[in-house]
Amino acid sequence: MRLTPRFLLSAAAPLAALPGRAVAEGMPQLHFKDPLLQGQVVWGAIIFVIFYLLLSRSALPRVARVLKSREERIQNDLDLARRAKKDADKAQQELCAAREQASENARMDVQNIREATKKAAQAQADETSARLEENIRKAEAKIALSRNEALSHLNDIASQTAVTLTERFIGVADPQAISVAVERAQTTGGEHV
Amino acid sequence: MASGSTIDALGQFELHPIFGSFGEALSLSQSPLFMVIASVIVLAFLYLGMRPASVVPGRLQAAAEMSYDFIHNLAVDTIGEKGTAFFPFIFALFFFILTGNYLGLLPFSFTFTSHIAVTLALAVTVFIISILTALRFQGISFFKHFMPEGAPVMLAPLLIPIEILSFISRPISLSIRLFANMVAGHVLLEVFASFTIMLAVSLGAFGHVLAIAPIAINIALTALELLVGLLQAYVFAILTCIYLREAVAH
Repeated sequence: MRLTPRFLLSAAAPLAALPGRAVAEGMPQLHFKDPLLQGQVVWGAIIFVIFYLLLSRSALPRVARVLKSREERIQNDLDLARRAKKDADKAQQELCAAREQASENARMDVQNIREATKKAAQAQADETSARLEENIRKAEAKIALSRNEALSHLNDIASQTAVTLTERFIGVADPQAISVAVERAQTTGGEHV
Repeated sequence: MASGSTIDALGQFELHPIFGSFGEALSLSQSPLFMVIASVIVLAFLYLGMRPASVVPGRLQAAAEMSYDFIHNLAVDTIGEKGTAFFPFIFALFFFILTGNYLGLLPFSFTFTSHIAVTLALAVTVFIISILTALRFQGISFFKHFMPEGAPVMLAPLLIPIEILSFISRPISLSIRLFANMVAGHVLLEVFASFTIMLAVSLGAFGHVLAIAPIAINIALTALELLVGLLQAYVFAILTCIYLREAVAH
């Protein structure tokens, strides 16, 4: 009972004038002889134990199960997503490699074609130049032939001219001797002319 | 109930038999009735909340899961790994007290946490459990805690009684804290409510206008009591956790 006024004072401090009357009958909580108060403790113990057992055996495990299954599901989904990402990365890598391979192939093809074209052009140019050279050679040969022919006629013409001139000058001419002389003059490079 | 010029602030804490002579014979008062109501509310909250058991929770399920997580974290963070074993007990304590505190704020209801017998019984339960836990985990070395390490032996006759006293005072402070808070809040509510009636009755029309002031104060007090009710339940739970942590520590 001694606690009573102090509690009330602290509780109803602003009402300092009133607690006197309020505590007159004392606090019902401190009537420990009251069977209802004692029964309250016994009933409370029974209720609390039942409450605790229901919570720990049934209600809380139910919450725990839901939380656990959710966590597992989220974990599974995460794993799935991680695996999908790995697959996608791999595919991406493969794609990159394939593209690189293809570009390498294309470059090589271009190189080959270019070389082949160059070779073909070279071959054609060679053939053309060979034909031209052949033509030139033939033409030169023909020229040489004509020249030789012309040169071979030169002696006769020169001899006849010499015979004619000699006949005109001296009345007679020895075609044999003149011909020999012309021949000689020609071979010595025409020094006496 | 207040009538005329007297204020009966403590009448609200009186126990009355319920269910007539049957309740009287079994010492059943409204207090156990409200304990049952509180327990049923908490259990219904969990059962109804978790009934959908869906992956994406609705409001009630989210609330039930949050309350579970809240106490679970409180127990495990404070006590440590062994806290999971005590989690249902902490959960039961916290929600029993919280629901009791909040039920008491409803008109015509009863606050069983405003009875020192109830809070002391709960506190003694915590005390006994923490001692048994300590004896189980630490054995005889539990008693070494009554002599602080490194203290001079000369001071032992002084220190040991002080330590024992502070240890034994735990359930008392634990129970009186909750009890006093609840009593003070309800006495204040009752006193201001009585003021309203007294002003209205004794001062006539002028009193009717003035009577608005205590009502406004009571509204604010109700908000405060909502805070206090939660806070006291939390304090009770976390102090229990702290005592249990000391008990499981080596």
